[in-house]
Amino acid sequence: MTPQDISLDLQVRVNHAIENKTPLSIRGGNSKLFYGREAVGDAIDISQNCGIISYEPTELVITARAGTALSLIEQTLADNNQMLPFEPPYYAETATLGGTIACNLSGPRRAYTGAARDFVLGCKILNGRGEIISFGGEVMKNVAGYDVSRLMTGDLGTLGILLEISLKVLPRPEAEITLTLERDTEKALAKLNRLAQVDFPLSASCYDGDRLFLRLSGTEGAVKSSKKAIGGEVVKSNQLIWHKIKEQQHGFFFTKKPLWRLSVAADTPPINIDGKWLYEWNGALRWLVSNASAEIIRTAAEKAGGHAIRYRHHDQNCADVFHPLPTNLLGIHQKLKQAFDPHGIFNRGRMYAEF
Amino acid sequence: MDKIQLLSELSQIVPSGALLHQQEDLRPYECDGLSAYRELPLVVVLPNTIDQVRAILQLCYRLEVPVVARGAGTGLSGGALPHKNGVLLSLVKFKQILAINPQRCTAVVQPGVRNLAISEAVKPYGLYYAPDPSSQIACTIGGNVAENSGGVHCLKYGLTVHNIQQLKVITIDGELLTIGGNGLDSAGFDLLAIMTGSEGMLGVIVEVTVKLLPIPDRAQVILAAFDDIVKAGEAVGNIISAGIIPAGLEMMDKLAIQAAEDFVHAGYPTDAEAILLCEVDGSNAEVSEHILKVRGILTQSGATQVRTAKDEAERMSFWKGRKAAFPAVGRIAPDYYCMDGTIPRKQLPHVLKTISNLSTEYNLPVANVFHAGDGNLHPLILYDANKRGELERTEEFGGKILQLCVDVGGTITGEHGVGVEKINQMCVQFNTEELTQFHAIKSAFDDKGLLNPGKAVPTLHRCAEFGAMHVHKGKLPFPELERF
Ligand SMILES: Cc1cc2nc3c(=O)[nH]c(=O)nc-3n(C[C@H](O)[C@H](O)[C@H](O)COP(=O)(O)OP(=O)(O)OC[C@H]3O[C@@H](n4cnc5c(N)ncnc54)[C@H](O)[C@@H]3O)c2cc1C
Repeated sequence: MTPQDISLDLQVRVNHAIENKTPLSIRGGNSKLFYGREAVGDAIDISQNCGIISYEPTELVITARAGTALSLIEQTLADNNQMLPFEPPYYAETATLGGTIACNLSGPRRAYTGAARDFVLGCKILNGRGEIISFGGEVMKNVAGYDVSRLMTGDLGTLGILLEISLKVLPRPEAEITLTLERDTEKALAKLNRLAQVDFPLSASCYDGDRLFLRLSGTEGAVKSSKKAIGGEVVKSNQLIWHKIKEQQHGFFFTKKPLWRLSVAADTPPINIDGKWLYEWNGALRWLVSNASAEIIRTAAEKAGGHAIRYRHHDQNCADVFHPLPTNLLGIHQKLKQAFDPHGIFNRGRMYAEF
Repeated sequence: MDKIQLLSELSQIVPSGALLHQQEDLRPYECDGLSAYRELPLVVVLPNTIDQVRAILQLCYRLEVPVVARGAGTGLSGGALPHKNGVLLSLVKFKQILAINPQRCTAVVQPGVRNLAISEAVKPYGLYYAPDPSSQIACTIGGNVAENSGGVHCLKYGLTVHNIQQLKVITIDGELLTIGGNGLDSAGFDLLAIMTGSEGMLGVIVEVTVKLLPIPDRAQVILAAFDDIVKAGEAVGNIISAGIIPAGLEMMDKLAIQAAEDFVHAGYPTDAEAILLCEVDGSNAEVSEHILKVRGILTQSGATQVRTAKDEAERMSFWKGRKAAFPAVGRIAPDYYCMDGTIPRKQLPHVLKTISNLSTEYNLPVANVFHAGDGNLHPLILYDANKRGELERTEEFGGKILQLCVDVGGTITGEHGVGVEKINQMCVQFNTEELTQFHAIKSAFDDKGLLNPGKAVPTLHRCAEFGAMHVHKGKLPFPELERF
């Protein structure tokens, strides 16, 4: 796609929508349409607002328009031996940077280096008053004003249209291997909790109910010495495994049953709900394929200090996707929505029915 | 506002010892670390339970009394400066570490717990809390969250916002919000991020769950001396380009080196124009590999001397000099004014040169101490407040430095916050619509504008007034507002 800035055209459309009180459903590469609730409104395509605006490897910063293909960004970084540290999932070739940030989706490396939100340095947005405004910037440290860039990360497009995003990037690790060990669930989780307390260069972990997979990334020496300390066998297809888990192409994910994502305290013992489980992030992320009721699953997640998302529901009209918010937090969400999008134009209902 | 009524109602919430209202009792609270700004509050309240904080806030909401939260008062931007018609709410009695969970690498602490106390308490588990502001012996975690504080180890381990997992916050109308969770993310908007760095404007933090990291097997620091500060700046870029993210990468210029050396005898080369301190940490093998690489890069970048600390004692000594740099500079001048801009790293040489020219122009010496790895500058302007007009000149000079930071693509504050100090410079960095967006966020939490009024985000009128003197990027800012 030709790099171009169509923000002024988008602004015209938004102003038009405000005038006519017609809600808009923001579309990038449509790769994450399955995620969340269905937004009310006419589609507004931002994928043409694309192109890398600046990238300076020595500054560890890249700035691109939100419609830029995620693959272009990752390729550009790889050419300079750098990477997006949060290892975002694509779910389709067409994935854009904007969608990735609006969903705050992060992959296997998340528990070790951070989530998408941790690497967002700044953004330019189009808010629900039709204004183009910028927050944060291209520097690593910036505490001037409220952290709007991070608030936009994971808003599912309900607060505004992301136009440009600046991200911190990191050098690719010099060496990387994956180890595998056979364990039962309890022992695997205990091992993960123990490893987290020691300074190993872990960069991914997964337990599939049978085997534990651990990825180590760092200098040659660090990887080698940790491999000896942790034990297990070296897996040949190091990259493939994590790609399959990240993109949900692992056999575990092939199902027509609802797929739940539970984000809980890492030391939560195995949760007793009927279904199949897959663990990531030292045990802090748990995928569940199950027909159990939402209530049972959500109660269990809450008990474990976390929340549950009905990640793939194979049914766009599913009423409750995200974990219900306590009344006082829902109130704050509605007021923030009002603060950014007073006319309720953007992605209405995409996150919660209430806004 | 009726002070008698306020006092009588407050005295029903907290015991009399926790309520200060005599002039001499209020005096210790009149300023934070930025002592150029002083104000006495109406009353100081020192609650020690969440219920008390709730009741105090509800009362203030009902009576429409401004509330300023305060931790240790080490802030450098006047964030905790009292409001003369308001309540100063001190959180220092919230000193408990409520839980340490080594399994999930977290600790739950009250807001008045000191930063360093957390790392000390979790040390037996082989863990620590990474963000380490130089003020860490004194500053509180509540203040750290409110300012999104950083430290020398933030280059690799991130700022406060990257190292907390859950907050309990009380809003001005007395609602207790639990933000975040025990997992790595939570449902809804990232309210954790919006609270972090919000400078006491959105709510009062009453509990913090921090993330802990395993103490690295080994940490080693390399000191490099340069005969030219520009070369030192370039060396920073060269290290990063080589794919190494040091745990810390700090720079000090000649004046700062000499002051620190006189003060704590850190073992710095006092004839150097600049030094870099580069810390690498991790497994034994990784540290050895990185030391070798970093030494090579520093030498190639023109360092006149490269020294690896020979033992832990020397390593601590190198860091002591850096961490004591502010007070050290405080000894060589009656007063100093600490700036906090952040710039893209590549602009270091240009910005340092310009600051040095401004220093000559204003006839005020500047010592530079900074987080070079992430481009966060701390120029310290030396002045004497007792000399007529010198504070004003210093502030003007400081304002120019901040303007310069914005002009080269940076920001007016990297970690110390806006407070009252940089409120005018916010008008340089943000336009009307952006500031209006900030005010809208504020209202979502605090509809009556009672929490820390007058801080962090300027009113549009204030900017119009300020803008009358400053033309930004060739445009008069806030053209829609009438001039004063
Ligand atoms: C010598 C020296 C060195 C320093 N070095 C660094 C450094 O390396 N890095 C760095 O980032 N900073 C540094 N600082 C600045 C300062 O220490 C930090 O900003 C620190 O986080 C302030 O913590 P405090 O407890 O003193 O907060 P205070 O100064 O009491 O308050 C700071 C702000 O936080 C708000 N606040 C405090 N507690 C709460 C609460 N519980 N709920 C809501 N709002 C609250 C206040 O209203 C105020 O706006 C330094 C300061 C000094 C004096």
